Amino acid sequence: MQYLLNVIHNSSILATASEMEAIDVFNDRIQAEGYWVFAGGLGSPSMATVVDNRGGEALVTDGPFVETKEHVIGFWIIEAPDLDVALKLATEGSEACNRKVEVRPFL
Amino acid sequence: MQSQGRGAAVPVTEVAAREAIIQAHHEEWARVVAALARRFGDLDIAEDAAAEAFATAVERWPADGTPPNPGAWLITTASRKAIDRIRRENNREVKQTEAQMLTDHDPRAPVGAIDDDRLRLVFTCCHPALSMEARVALTLRLVAGLTVPEIARSFLVSEAALGQRITRAKAKIKATRIPYRVPSAEDLPARVAGVLAVLFLLFNEGYLATGPESDPVRADLTGEAIRLTRLLRSLMPADGEVTGLLALMLLTEARRSARVSATGELVTLTEQDRGAWDEALVVEGHGLVRERLATGEAPGRYQILAAINAVHTSARNIRDTDWSQVVALYDQLVRIDASPVVALNRAVAVAELDGPEPALAAVDRLEGPLVGYHAYHATRADLLRRLGRSRESRAAYDRAIELAGNSAETAYLTRRRDQLG
Repeated sequence: MQYLLNVIHNSSILATASEMEAIDVFNDRIQAEGYWVFAGGLGSPSMATVVDNRGGEALVTDGPFVETKEHVIGFWIIEAPDLDVALKLATEGSEACNRKVEVRPFL
Repeated sequence: MQSQGRGAAVPVTEVAAREAIIQAHHEEWARVVAALARRFGDLDIAEDAAAEAFATAVERWPADGTPPNPGAWLITTASRKAIDRIRRENNREVKQTEAQMLTDHDPRAPVGAIDDDRLRLVFTCCHPALSMEARVALTLRLVAGLTVPEIARSFLVSEAALGQRITRAKAKIKATRIPYRVPSAEDLPARVAGVLAVLFLLFNEGYLATGPESDPVRADLTGEAIRLTRLLRSLMPADGEVTGLLALMLLTEARRSARVSATGELVTLTEQDRGAWDEALVVEGHGLVRERLATGEAPGRYQILAAINAVHTSARNIRDTDWSQVVALYDQLVRIDASPVVALNRAVAVAELDGPEPALAAVDRLEGPLVGYHAYHATRADLLRRLGRSRESRAAYDRAIELAGNSAETAYLTRRRDQLG
């Protein structure tokens, strides 16, 4: 079963050098242990563009689809047998990147 | 079994069957749901099949007689109902067989007392990924076997809202794959603490029922909380905090009938008729506290709270209370739980030991975190009253009355305020 681990962020300041280092250690470990599927960092919401082609004519707008104080700044996709394992990895990931992590299952 | 006083028109066997069903529901419900959840990997199927099995018992037992092993009969019947349902659904959707969500991925076989499906059920219902409200509702429905209307009444919410709360929680368990297992030894203390928090909340909601329309004490809720905690203790007899919580509940419940007056007013510990306490519960609670003391293990929060209640219930008269012992236990509690509420309760004991003045000084330091808590103002009001500072006391009573949610407590505080000179 796969889970999305969203990293929640509330400013425009990116990860510090020591946070990056801790993230690398965590990434190496979950790769070695077979949980890793994919991971990445994202540009800030000000870099976002929204495309709406529901009406047949694509409407392109600048900015995120919803303005919020907190936003997703990066994520992991992991393979885990159940939520307890996913929560344990999220706990370690949150410590490594020093941010809140939201866990959501893939359906 | 006799049919005395149960209505002459009902045959003896029918009365016996009805009583057997009530008893089986009390004793076997959780076992049936837990066994089915384990076998079919789905809480929905388990809950529905258990309910159907009991409905079948209501139809069959009066005519056929009560089976020699009601629990086994119920599990067999429920399993058949579940298989019927899965067959029906598989005809519609073959993929159903893939939806085996509640799985135990740990191949190591659990050993000893901990090998009980009911324990898996409790840990699943009280999983930290579920909201507290959902945990309470799920535990009452799936472990205690209360119906949705019964739970809805207990918490003063609509049946529709309560039903949706349970449905949503079961959907989350399934979609996120919350495992159906007893947590590993490493996670166990934290997870047991989570289960105990659910049971304690349930007990307190019964003991300090909120809402102007609610009875001041909801004996149905305190009773269920005690029953569930007894079950947990039977499953985890060596866990000190489980035993501690049961002792705490019993020693609190023992004072229930003395705690609210005939006119529906709260009676404080100082004024309670100690002869009205339930002696059997006191004896049982004291026995559990002694059992924990004998282990020599460092006590957790519930064990210390139970010990404090044991001191109170050991005194035949309020004047005989060993307040220095109470304060010493609160000191011990503060070391593991430095919350302002614990500090407030400690101050109440300090007032008895050292007088109201040092107690008030300690209480006043808690204003910041507790300014919105009725007990903070009620405690201040009482201490100010004892110091003869009536005007300030009255203001504190006013604030406490405004914030109190329990009808008996409001009545008590109002009388106390109106008695001020």
